[in-house]
Amino acid sequence: MARFRIVGGVVAALVIVGAAIGGALVWRPAIAAIDPPAPQSFDPALVRHGRELAALGNCSDCHTVRGGKNFAGGRPVPTPFGTIFSTNITPDPETGIGRWPEQAFRRAMRSGVDREGRHLYPTFPYDHFTHVTDEDDRALYAYLMTREPVVAAARPNQLRFPFNQRIVIAGWKLLFLRRETYHPDPAKGSEWNRGAYLVEGLAHCGSCHTPRNALGAERAQAAFSGGEADDWSAYAINAKSPAPVPWNADALDFYLRNGWHPDHGTARGPMAEVVSNLAAVPSSDVNAIAVYMADIFGAARTGRSREAVVAQGKSNQEKAADPQGAAIYAATCAGCHESGRPPPYGGINLALSSALSATDPRNLVNIVLTGVRPVAGERSPIMPGFGATMNDQQIAVLVNYLRSRFSGQPAWSGLESVVQDARRTQTAYLSTSAGPTSAPADATQRDKP
Amino acid sequence: MTTTLKVNGQDHRIEADADTPLLYVLRDELQLNAAKFGCGLGQCGACTVIVDGKAVLSCVTPLLLVEGGQVTTLEGLGTVAAPAPIQRAFMDEQAAQCGYCIAGMMMRAQALLQRNSKPTDAEIRAELAIHLCRCGTHMRILRAVRRAAHLMDTAELSPANQESVR
Amino acid sequence: MNAPIVLDRRRVLAGSGALIVSFSLSRGFAQERAASPAPTLPPSLKIAPYLDSWIRIDTNGAITAFTGKAELGQGFKTAFQQIAAEQLDVPFESLKVITADTALTANEGYTSGSHSMQDSGTAILHAAAQVRALLLGEAAKRLELPIETLRTDDGAVIAPDGRRLGYGELVASDFLHIQAQPDSPLKDPASFKVMGQSIPRVDIPAKVTGGAAYVQDIRLPGMAHARLVRPPSYGAQLIECDAAVVEKMPGVVRVVRDGNFLAVVAKQEFQAIKAMYALADVAKWREDAKLPKHDELPSMLMAMLSRDSTILQRSDPKVVGQKTIEATYTRPYQSHGSVGPSCAVAQFADGKMTVWSHTQGVYPDRQAISEMLRMPQQDVRVIHVEGSGCYGHNGADDAAADAALIARAVPDMPVRVQWMREQEHGWEPFGPAMVTRLKASLDANGKIADWHFEVWSNTHSMRPGGAGCLLAAQHMAQAIPVPPAKPIPLPEGGGDRNAIPIYTFPNARVVHHFIPDMPIRISAMRALGAYHNVFSIESFMDELAALAGSDPVEFRLKHLDDARGRDVIGKAAEGFGWLKGQTAPQDHGFGFAFARYKNLAAYCAVATEVEVNRETGRARLVRAVAAVDSGQVVNPDGLINQIEGAIVQSTSWTLYESVSFDDRHITSIDWQTYPILRFDAVPDRIDAHIINRPGLPFLGSGETAQGPAAASIANAIASATGKRLRDLPLSRKRIKDAIDA
Repeated sequence: MARFRIVGGVVAALVIVGAAIGGALVWRPAIAAIDPPAPQSFDPALVRHGRELAALGNCSDCHTVRGGKNFAGGRPVPTPFGTIFSTNITPDPETGIGRWPEQAFRRAMRSGVDREGRHLYPTFPYDHFTHVTDEDDRALYAYLMTREPVVAAARPNQLRFPFNQRIVIAGWKLLFLRRETYHPDPAKGSEWNRGAYLVEGLAHCGSCHTPRNALGAERAQAAFSGGEADDWSAYAINAKSPAPVPWNADALDFYLRNGWHPDHGTARGPMAEVVSNLAAVPSSDVNAIAVYMADIFGAARTGRSREAVVAQGKSNQEKAADPQGAAIYAATCAGCHESGRPPPYGGINLALSSALSATDPRNLVNIVLTGVRPVAGERSPIMPGFGATMNDQQIAVLVNYLRSRFSGQPAWSGLESVVQDARRTQTAYLSTSAGPTSAPADATQRDKP
Repeated sequence: MTTTLKVNGQDHRIEADADTPLLYVLRDELQLNAAKFGCGLGQCGACTVIVDGKAVLSCVTPLLLVEGGQVTTLEGLGTVAAPAPIQRAFMDEQAAQCGYCIAGMMMRAQALLQRNSKPTDAEIRAELAIHLCRCGTHMRILRAVRRAAHLMDTAELSPANQESVR
Repeated sequence: MNAPIVLDRRRVLAGSGALIVSFSLSRGFAQERAASPAPTLPPSLKIAPYLDSWIRIDTNGAITAFTGKAELGQGFKTAFQQIAAEQLDVPFESLKVITADTALTANEGYTSGSHSMQDSGTAILHAAAQVRALLLGEAAKRLELPIETLRTDDGAVIAPDGRRLGYGELVASDFLHIQAQPDSPLKDPASFKVMGQSIPRVDIPAKVTGGAAYVQDIRLPGMAHARLVRPPSYGAQLIECDAAVVEKMPGVVRVVRDGNFLAVVAKQEFQAIKAMYALADVAKWREDAKLPKHDELPSMLMAMLSRDSTILQRSDPKVVGQKTIEATYTRPYQSHGSVGPSCAVAQFADGKMTVWSHTQGVYPDRQAISEMLRMPQQDVRVIHVEGSGCYGHNGADDAAADAALIARAVPDMPVRVQWMREQEHGWEPFGPAMVTRLKASLDANGKIADWHFEVWSNTHSMRPGGAGCLLAAQHMAQAIPVPPAKPIPLPEGGGDRNAIPIYTFPNARVVHHFIPDMPIRISAMRALGAYHNVFSIESFMDELAALAGSDPVEFRLKHLDDARGRDVIGKAAEGFGWLKGQTAPQDHGFGFAFARYKNLAAYCAVATEVEVNRETGRARLVRAVAAVDSGQVVNPDGLINQIEGAIVQSTSWTLYESVSFDDRHITSIDWQTYPILRFDAVPDRIDAHIINRPGLPFLGSGETAQGPAAASIANAIASATGKRLRDLPLSRKRIKDAIDA
């Protein structure tokens, strides 16, 4: 990380100079403020459509902080350059976007510029939202302008110099922003194209799941090869997927709709809010996303079935070396994770866990530390956290054992420092993330009273 | 297997399988009543005790993880004759109906107050999130924790109590 | 009550006439035939009219009060101690209370229906007062002084010249074996020193310091631990179970198999748990249960065979309705959800069975267990020891039977049975699903002209007596069939509890559709049918108030004659700050509801403020203000504790809870799958105001807030969102769908 920052700092400095030279390219005009439009002036059907689009865009996740009101911002988003705080996108005239005309909203989505002409940090993923059509922007605008206005002033970002100078963004955009609406691929079916439009646009999957360069831009050649969000690792969701059982369209559709899958486990961390929001989206759209992503994963990948994977994990028991790790696992984890109770309420058989097979140990460590918290009032999985029960050494031993026994991947190194970091980041994450509204549930129980 | 465990300031040699949950060691080997079986699944908090200063769910904490550690249960905080501030507070607020969940709540609150002597209401609620009370005594429990914070702030802990809560 | 009443023992004995059945402690309480039953004795005195069933004074002065009721965490032990201490004129700490024990206490049936204060409390009240009178009479005799010159204080009778006779000195062996009289010299409430005070509960100190307080804490010498392997679904048959490998596991004492009843006994608790999992692995079952479809519960209930009775019919053809509305309200199965799964200890020695249990009814459970074991009742003793809150008929009685059946297989060895969490959730008898259909009309003045109310429900009690009510008896080889369901008769009622509205309507008809068939195991859960019936009535009253353009509180008062009810409504409204024509803050709503539990127990009104998150549909109780009239209050803080708790519990039921099941199994088997309220949803404030009525009879209060809280929240949600929800629970998704529609 530090290396990136130094390199990034140097490159950023160059960009500033370049941007200063091309001053005309940097400056954007303010768009005149309007009186906040009356909510009744918006067509209810358009507002409803906007609600679905906002769910697809996962807007509420970033723009709502734990304990705060919907869309009122204030959520800290960690980046390699410091912390960005999300803005208030309720229609409050003074502290929100109440005075923004639709044109200003569209410009923000298309080009990452606010009403007053300031460049927005690409933490707001307009590099994806630029693909959204004007019609969809209109619907989103209608939805946001009919939300409850909340007075909540934006928290100042905590960015290091030179990144706290917005002019840097102009250079960034010059290098990385392709301002354009999505163009359908005529060679592909309508469902694939719909999926592509959503994934590349509103759903902005790449924002988390694509690795970024030193300047924090997605590396186009490595699309979907894995990234991170909120100190969680976002797995590769292409041919490099670490999932022991390969993903296909049906599994993706089920997972995105319900928040879990018997072959893969339960969506946790930031993904929990994503699937929670997708519960409110028409199933045809979720299906379209699944179709497109299945293609990205790589169709017809022959891989092992769930039964084969689980059997492998069982047979590894003799091979896995560490008796301390084995004892901890058997005494602490196996009770739930080998009970045979199916997910989402039974612990997943760890041979199926992507967290264990991934290159980055953070997700597994996060879950071991803090468990899985219930969603208030909803049937939802609960896993106790072991951050207080186990010290860093015990967690490292356990995690190493799990890795060697269940994943067949090379051992992770530096686990104790990963655990130390995770204790800190997870405390912050859990106290600022509002959490999912909808819980991963058994298909027969989701949406039941 | 024989394990050494310090419980409420006293050393014990425990003869039990390494995978025995701490809850049963406390209740059955040591005949301590406070930590309760509520679910055995880490979902309700009734089994909470303090290990090395941190609140843990003893029903999902096997003996092998706490070997050599210092365990504090409600019995170790005080007695009816000489109650600790948290016990005094819960009695003063009459913060119990059936009382089954209370011991776990108190240990969680004790651990919180040991590291944060002035928690906000939101912090107390967040800390108690894992704990279930079916009788609906929540309002009193919150008042009792606030009261305990005040008592701990203003009172001196006796040396005996200081020893056992560490 | 204020006129001096003199009780002369000789006079009483002389007047009682015929046969006195003497009572021997070693035989336990047989069903006593009161010699000349006094028809005017209040309920529990009626079934146990001898004073020494309630109060015992030893010659050394030690005083014990007895109650056939059980301490469930409501604070009764303390309240009864207060009553006895007050009426006997002894310091509170100087006497102790013994609770339900078939060898020691009267048969007061179940601790249920909010009867404890009304029945047992009243019995102790009168018995203690009469005992004090007898002691005064005896002292008068010995001191040769007129009784009016004597007074009692601090456990002694005191003469004007200072001579003291301690109570212990005054009693001879069967001094108190004398029948209660219809009238008692009760103390003037104005002089109360202990009754009416918020005396700290006697059981809390042990509970906050790790003292032994629960049946789970019982440790007997040589005690073994047992775990059950319950069938996977209702009616499953155990077709194969090769337990050889389990019997060899460390510490295992016995595997007990009796038909479909399967259990394992081990020396240590964790050994028993491991053996249980191993035993479950080798047990093979044939399952054929067919459970209803969760979504179709209401239509299923309304289509099932029912016995219909019209329980209210009133007609006044002069009054004609003009605007009519109707509504249907539904409730799913709901779970007691006791935090501590059920537990019992039993020991079978010398042909006698002793069971320690947190059952609500030691006598009925004893009858059922003795019937199950084919043993004489007097050879079975059931002793109540506290468990975690039960809120009705949960797994306690079954755990007691399980322990007894297992103990019989290992004579002399005390056996402790502990249910697992999944077993408690999966096998407890639930609160029944219900449907109500209401229709009413307003006259030209906006008053209710006619009222129709129909309720569909199972029985709300499948409690033992009758061994067939016990799982162990149903599962054992010589199975005892489940007895036919019977309705609880009015005025108590079960499914029809509180179905008759307390309001006065010129035309009214209430019909109870009693459904005998029970596809899912059910029994009594706190408030019984009153929870849903009051939810329905009070929601509908708001719907009618809206139709009439009337304020909800004003609308109720327009139809209510009961003066104490009016007071309670006024008090709650005042405490809340309820103003006609008020508007709640954005996304907030105000709601109000009122009922008199069973139309004969405590009155309760609840006003609530609820906040609804329009994006997610999540409803949160912000604050609640309640007013309660319980008659003479014994322990105000205890009462407030109960009301606060009932409101929080009812909030959880109302916003979150429903039992889930698939075609064969109950699937809500732990806190993941049956979520209840946690601290994030606890309101900012609850205020409970008591209207004390000194001198008036005690009114049962443990269940009075459940229905009003539910309706109040429903009304607040309707006020916040403009949408009326009628299907419990008022879940987040239902609220969101209603808002979005």
